Amino acid sequence: MSIARRKARTGERVIVNALFACAVLSVAVTIGIVAVLLVDAVAFFRDSSLGAFLTGTVWAPGQGSGEGGSYGVLPLLNGTLMIGVGSLAVGLPLGVLTAIYLSEYASPRVRGVLKPTLEILAGIPTVVVGYFALQFITPSLLRPIFGSERVFVFNAAAGAIAVGLMILPIIASISEDAMRSVPSSLREAAYGLGSTRRQVSLRVVVPAALSGIAASVILAFSRAVGETMAVTIAAGNSPKMTLNFLTSIQTLTASIAQTVSGEAAAGTVRYNALFALGMMLFVITLAMNLISARIVRRFRQVYS
Amino acid sequence: MSSAASAGALAPSRLRRGATRTGARIFVDAAFSVVLFVGTIVGVVALATLIWTIVDNGWARLAADPAAFLTSYVSRLPARAGIKAALVGSAYLMLLTTLFCFPIGVGAAMYLEEFAPRNRVTNFVEANIANLAGVPSVVYGLLGLGVFARFLRMGPSLLAGALTLAVMSLPVIIVTARESIRAVPESIRLGAYALGATKWQTVRRQVLPAAMPGTLTGTILALSRAIGETAPLLVIGLPIVIFTLPNDLRDPVSALPLLIFDWTSRPQPAFAEAAAAASIVLLALLLAMNAVAIFLRNRYTIRW
Repeated sequence: MSIARRKARTGERVIVNALFACAVLSVAVTIGIVAVLLVDAVAFFRDSSLGAFLTGTVWAPGQGSGEGGSYGVLPLLNGTLMIGVGSLAVGLPLGVLTAIYLSEYASPRVRGVLKPTLEILAGIPTVVVGYFALQFITPSLLRPIFGSERVFVFNAAAGAIAVGLMILPIIASISEDAMRSVPSSLREAAYGLGSTRRQVSLRVVVPAALSGIAASVILAFSRAVGETMAVTIAAGNSPKMTLNFLTSIQTLTASIAQTVSGEAAAGTVRYNALFALGMMLFVITLAMNLISARIVRRFRQVYS
Repeated sequence: MSSAASAGALAPSRLRRGATRTGARIFVDAAFSVVLFVGTIVGVVALATLIWTIVDNGWARLAADPAAFLTSYVSRLPARAGIKAALVGSAYLMLLTTLFCFPIGVGAAMYLEEFAPRNRVTNFVEANIANLAGVPSVVYGLLGLGVFARFLRMGPSLLAGALTLAVMSLPVIIVTARESIRAVPESIRLGAYALGATKWQTVRRQVLPAAMPGTLTGTILALSRAIGETAPLLVIGLPIVIFTLPNDLRDPVSALPLLIFDWTSRPQPAFAEAAAAASIVLLALLLAMNAVAIFLRNRYTIRW
């Protein structure tokens, strides 16, 4: 860097400043997000107390202007957690098995086929995955297993499976990166002691890559929490405090989508509630992403 | 257990026992590799089932009269409904989004990789971009609603939609562009400096062209993400039922994923078929974009 000519030509100053402006624009976006969420969320909390919002167990926005409704966020949080945990129940085992297979077992040719396939799965639009959940997962997978009368048309399980398929590629690809960055000397040492490939995978590679796997899981959970369309389409729009995966629920994101589809007028309590929900979503996902990034940073330090 | 057992197996008196344990180990290892393979295949099977479901439900509707389906506006009658406004809207949105986010994304990446001093401001901007990449798309929708649609008075217009998608895609483009710029070897820069080039001349004429294939690939992938997004467009309030094509940036537009969402939510089975047919068009569009990205990557990537 110091080898370049010291004195920049006059035009170059301008160019570098313009490029700097491009980079700083991202900060403006963040400020924009926080400002937008704060302004209307604050307006919402003028009408409805923060305590009632955080501890209320009934989410029933009032009709019209939204006055007189009940705005307790717990049912939505409950729905979001069900989707998050349920999707991990699907995506975590499959993702980690896939990562071990790709990193330790698959031949380069098989990898060359499987990795692009997973990328395609990750690239399917969420609205199409939602359609698949509604038209296939519920009628052709869940209903034959649990019985038509027990499984609602809109149910949390279908949403969780759909989101699980969406986070599978995230867990698989980040975990695989972590496993591949485990130095081969560790593997060779284990093989030298007579370990089989399974023992090397499970007792050397997976423990050594554990922080990377953990980071991928937290990131995937954050994605699941922020997922909107698949859960809006497949998991329903009835906010309730339940743990029954076969009934319909509502998540934070689905509640936002439902409110804007109903065209709540600007400035009403119901409209302002959108931004309180958005704020909550932003804070949850930001916290998870920060934790995940911190874990990744730490695990990089171990092997470099 | 493993190392002790293997060592023991070498002693003649324990040969038999060692041999049977080896047999058990071989069996467990084989079983484990089967489990891994099955776990990996589930993702592939799910993807295949999804595509089969969409094609099976939608092909008849699409193939019956593809021209009419592509060139008709929406209708209350599912048999006469088409995707014209949504398809054209998505094309316009994609074009404008590219126009907004490609130059800014590449500019920001160039600044951060080539010009940025190592200081706190740079670190903050970098951390900020990483965090923006993890913000849920529905929150970007709230940003678009609050800033573009309302504060800047754009309303639910083509411009507001494209700006929202651009802001959402920006962090992804910056990250991939930075990776491509970083992959250009230092010797190229040193060679340019040795010939008397300034910093900007080096970046503009050597580094940027060399990094372009990777940057374009990443941009296309980010855009194919954006074009499949529903939630942000839903939140800023882009219409679904619309019978005009946009003539102006301030005109309202629809988008393919919005239409798929609307049709999926309707109770009539004929609309579900139309939604599947529209999904086939959307998936074909994404597949074409991905094919272009892969072509660029394979054809123009320089191996140093």
